[in-house]
Amino acid sequence: MSTLAAVVGVGQTHHRAKRGDVSMAGLLREAVDRALADAELTFADIDAIVIGKAPDLFEGVMMPELYLAEALGAAGKPLLRVHTAGSVGGSTAIVAASLVEAGIHERVLTVAFEKQSESNAMWALSIAVPFIMPVHAGAGGYFAPHVRSYIRRSGAPTHIGAIVAAKDRQNALKNPFAHLQNPDTTVESVMASQMLWDPIRYDETCPSSDGACALVIASESAVERSGIKNPAWIHGTQMRSEPTTAAERDQVNPHAGREAAAALWKQAGITSPIDEIDCAEIYVPFSWFEPMWLENLGFTEQGGGWKLTEAGETAIGGRIPVNMSGGVLSSNPIGASGMLRFGEAALQVMGEAGEHQVDGARKALGHAYGGGSQFFAMWVVGADKPSH
Amino acid sequence: MTEAGTLHAPMKVEFDYTRSLGPTLSEFMTGLKRRQILGGVLSDGTIAVPPPEFDAETYEPITEMVPVQDEGVVQTWAWVPEPVPGQPLDRPFAFAHILLDGADRPLLHAVAVDSADQIETGLRVRAVWADEPVGAITDVRWFEPAGDAAATTPGQEGGEAVTGIISPVHLAYDFAASPEESKFFRGLAEGKILGQRCPTCGKVYVPPRGACPVDGVPTTTEVEVPDTGIVTTFCIVNVPFLGQKITPPYVSAYMLLDGADIAFLHLLLGVDPADVRMGMRVKAVWKPRDEWGTTIENISHFEPTGEPDADFETYKVHL
Repeated sequence: MSTLAAVVGVGQTHHRAKRGDVSMAGLLREAVDRALADAELTFADIDAIVIGKAPDLFEGVMMPELYLAEALGAAGKPLLRVHTAGSVGGSTAIVAASLVEAGIHERVLTVAFEKQSESNAMWALSIAVPFIMPVHAGAGGYFAPHVRSYIRRSGAPTHIGAIVAAKDRQNALKNPFAHLQNPDTTVESVMASQMLWDPIRYDETCPSSDGACALVIASESAVERSGIKNPAWIHGTQMRSEPTTAAERDQVNPHAGREAAAALWKQAGITSPIDEIDCAEIYVPFSWFEPMWLENLGFTEQGGGWKLTEAGETAIGGRIPVNMSGGVLSSNPIGASGMLRFGEAALQVMGEAGEHQVDGARKALGHAYGGGSQFFAMWVVGADKPSH
Repeated sequence: MTEAGTLHAPMKVEFDYTRSLGPTLSEFMTGLKRRQILGGVLSDGTIAVPPPEFDAETYEPITEMVPVQDEGVVQTWAWVPEPVPGQPLDRPFAFAHILLDGADRPLLHAVAVDSADQIETGLRVRAVWADEPVGAITDVRWFEPAGDAAATTPGQEGGEAVTGIISPVHLAYDFAASPEESKFFRGLAEGKILGQRCPTCGKVYVPPRGACPVDGVPTTTEVEVPDTGIVTTFCIVNVPFLGQKITPPYVSAYMLLDGADIAFLHLLLGVDPADVRMGMRVKAVWKPRDEWGTTIENISHFEPTGEPDADFETYKVHL
């Protein structure tokens, strides 16, 4: 048996560099309580809980889901953890959606988090391994050479990354939950910021955040029995993975991402994504990944992503607004960042995105990637039930 | 270590995590700092030590806290004959569930007795406090048999509230390279760079992987490649970070050796970072032979050869 599923509740924390006033459990609970209130439900209505976070080394708590059971209202219910590195927030939401779509549960609570202030992600991602040359320098050091490859392959002007960063930071000013609130960020100020991992500048990188995001996903019949009039119907979900390194692997436009996107558009009945998708929340931890993923997702042809960005088409009011919430560049509680993309896409089609709402958004994309661009998770949500 | 075996090396992962406690555990830890053990009142009226942050029945935060005694009764226990570093005692001891007077649920803690036959269910024990409590569960160093003497430990007033704790984590691994990597590293100890060719796609992997990640078949044909090649792409690391081994700024570059079909990251020196180009021809600079081991670090770095750059078309599939 299978059924339609919809997001009926979205909750998130105010993302900050350090939330010293709450424990991990308390942080998660803020997002969960908001999602349940948004869904007009209580823990008693929830059948199962699906949780996701990035590697345990980021907080140094092995299998935190065990300790978090009471905080998540999971005692006596199924509690499942998903783990796909940075894409985990997206994959976690998809697993939760699958449990509903498969007819196994009526209402599933899903939550993802990171409390980066308890550790140091740069350290955790750069542990020196015996026998190997210790040149690794965190996520930025990993992705910077591939950004350089993109610039070379596409012929993009060098300020495209700064356009993305300035746009996302300005969008963040419209989102009270966003971590960075820097009204003075401009293309010029981004270009003037320190070069950290050449060609990536300081202002072109994501912050380190404490935060959580939670969603409530309900079956079609549960939606009908609820008072929710504006659910975000799930039109399609896809996940793909591929090896981190392989001979001649395309690190700029990874095969797994292209395949996932093609399958997603087909599943959602979409033939021209740029015309049929009203807005997108895409996982962009380093600014250049906006044009890279626009191409990978099929919004434009190879080499055309930067032209959309440069023309302002990814700003609110453009042809395909991207990261209206400020995106990962403005808030990065790593494990939650993917779910925030999925949740923000849902808020858009629910018409609940507040100041960063895209007028009349009916279909939106949520996207996440992780590892060395080796895990991809994405969904399309719509204001209407899928018609195909 | 025999030639047939794989290479091993110690690997340590250590970090002091800075944990914020939240209101419930903050109150509990602040109590310990004042030599007072607090229990949380659960929704069914029972008292749990330490207090859970949320109630397992109602899922609500635990907000009501009451003091319990620092004496109680052993409910069950396990003997620890060989303590490891970081445990409460450095001599054999017991871990026990101790039901403190005034609590309804047991606390897990250590009991100091000389041998396993000196502990039993029902044994009365009392807390041995640290001389200078800081607001951590280790402020109770361990429990000891209470004996007949009535002993009470006076609480102490004051001190700032404890809102966080440091959780040091030490992981000590015996890191093992794969058989194929071991062969690669042993080759480096002789100044050779060894890769393997996939029998299906024909691609040469350096370092060898044991299996082709694309075709999923064993890569058995050994291929020696020269220590010359090109830079495909690179970044200039300007950012310092905890645990960093090389002082920034430095150029971290993907080196594609001649005859290899996959690039690997190494250090590029001998050129101003601003002058590094994609496609630049490079060669390995080896350390003095008497410093060699079974490691890629036998190659100190790569440097430009001065030959003309490779044409973009010849390496674009490696980007």
